[in-house]
Amino acid sequence: MIASRREVWMGRILLILLMAGTIVPFLTLFATALHKPGTYPEGLSWPETPYWSNFIDAFKVAHMDQLLLSSVLIEIGVVPIALLISTLAGFALGHLRPIGSRIIFLVFVLGITLPYEAIIIPLYQQMKDFGLLNTRWAIILPLIGLFMPFSVMWMRAHFVSMSQDLSEAARIDGANLWQLFWKIHLPLSMPALSSLAILQFLWTWNQFLLAIVLVSDPLQRTMAGSLGAFQGQWGTDIPLLCAGSLLILTPTLLLFLIFQRKFVAALLQGSVKG
Amino acid sequence: MTDSATTIQPASGPASLAERRHANRARRLSKSLIALALVVPAAVMYAVFVLRPLGLTIQYSFYDWNGIGASTWVGLKNYAALFDNPVLWGSLLHSFILIVFFCLIPVILGLFTANTIRGFSTSRLALVSRTVLFIPQIIPLVAAGIMWSWLLTSKGFVNQVLTAVGLGGITRAWLGDFDLALPTMGLIGAWVLFGLCMLLLLAGMSKIDPALYEAARIDGATAWKEFWSITLPSLKQEIGVCVTVTVVAALASFDIVYISTRGGPGNSTMVPGMQIYYLAFFERELGLASALAVALVIVVLAIILPVQRATKEDKD
Repeated sequence: MIASRREVWMGRILLILLMAGTIVPFLTLFATALHKPGTYPEGLSWPETPYWSNFIDAFKVAHMDQLLLSSVLIEIGVVPIALLISTLAGFALGHLRPIGSRIIFLVFVLGITLPYEAIIIPLYQQMKDFGLLNTRWAIILPLIGLFMPFSVMWMRAHFVSMSQDLSEAARIDGANLWQLFWKIHLPLSMPALSSLAILQFLWTWNQFLLAIVLVSDPLQRTMAGSLGAFQGQWGTDIPLLCAGSLLILTPTLLLFLIFQRKFVAALLQGSVKG
Repeated sequence: MTDSATTIQPASGPASLAERRHANRARRLSKSLIALALVVPAAVMYAVFVLRPLGLTIQYSFYDWNGIGASTWVGLKNYAALFDNPVLWGSLLHSFILIVFFCLIPVILGLFTANTIRGFSTSRLALVSRTVLFIPQIIPLVAAGIMWSWLLTSKGFVNQVLTAVGLGGITRAWLGDFDLALPTMGLIGAWVLFGLCMLLLLAGMSKIDPALYEAARIDGATAWKEFWSITLPSLKQEIGVCVTVTVVAALASFDIVYISTRGGPGNSTMVPGMQIYYLAFFERELGLASALAVALVIVVLAIILPVQRATKEDKD
């Protein structure tokens, strides 16, 4: 591609400015987190004596170990089941295409842009009736349902793109439906499945509205949900609040940096299909 | 696929042909039933935790109900209140203003940036920038809210920078300002959504045939002309995706508002999501809150469906 020197330099400067705009807020958060607890530091300033202990204090007062455990339990409740049932549905609607599959698919698609606020009131009543209010189930069950429109659409799109000849060949070799799914289609679906798993993981981890409405005990919530409670409790102690916020966003940040390629690819594809 | 299997067998008269056709149909039906059974788990979860609640929201919107006692049918009264009460329609208006920031800034800045770095999008700097610019997209919005509330306080980093460049006169507590809190909120949203839009648009640009640009350069087209007549038309689908994602983010915004302003000062950053939360769980006006929720769903669909139609027509 032809690109003049001037264009390249302009682009480089622009990129560096944009990256600075992304990173500097985090650096400010970090610098503030190292100030003396209870003080009100000004802007971006490095403390004379960094209080690294703020991170340990924040970890203790936020019960970070329990929060991590709670988030992990919620993830374990949501992601495997959401993956499994959306894959089954996607396989049926995209590959087997039974009578009525178009209409069923359309009903799923209807929910794709639904704001969670639109159903939060009945969800609250429903969870109360089920006796699940203030338990992790109140986050897990609705999230599985709310993930269905996107997840079914995603898996259906994947199975539509798979060749029918493959199934034909397997059938002639005597494979039944279960073997066809388990031995042939599932292994070939791993890239689509792992991207979907990443998306579902992130959406669960960062879920806020369901957590604050349906679960009043912060220790039963997701990480993001408990950050709201942490702010309410420690909002006046700025360095501690900043340290706590950093701790709470560290797990996703670490996972992102380790699996960054997969993450970027998943989120880009995810928004195109959504 | 069953037809190919039947042709292998020797035909033996018209009677058995009809029989076979019947058997084929039965087999197709039973296959359909098995396939439909696979959809059932997903459909049940979707029906119980999304469709049923959505139906109930619509039902509640016609009642006056405090969530505990008896409810009274009030017809369209709650919807009339949406139009009468300036705080309620104001919240919808605010979410439209947020669309301008959440959508236009990331898309326009994203187009400009992607177009500028298109020529060296595989260099090391550009690859590092992919990771860095994506970070706002993966952290919880709540964390972004806490971070920016801190940066935007009266003695925060933003004002520090403004003072340093000689704009000390305009410094203020940005999220505490009646007129500027909402645009400031919009800029936080733009910060969150920019990276995603830019990378989507860049990915779209990389699919454009380079020969088109070479031909244009030989014809003496300016960079501006190239952008308008080659780049922009080829990105129709990607722009549609960016608009959809950002518009939904603006209309359904809740997390950042909850964390940074709770709708204040006054009601200047009150958005529908926040208002529904207040009405339902603090003022116990479940009917009114549900009417606002239904209005929100209608607004989302009224904007998204035309965008989808306009940008996806050449598919299928």
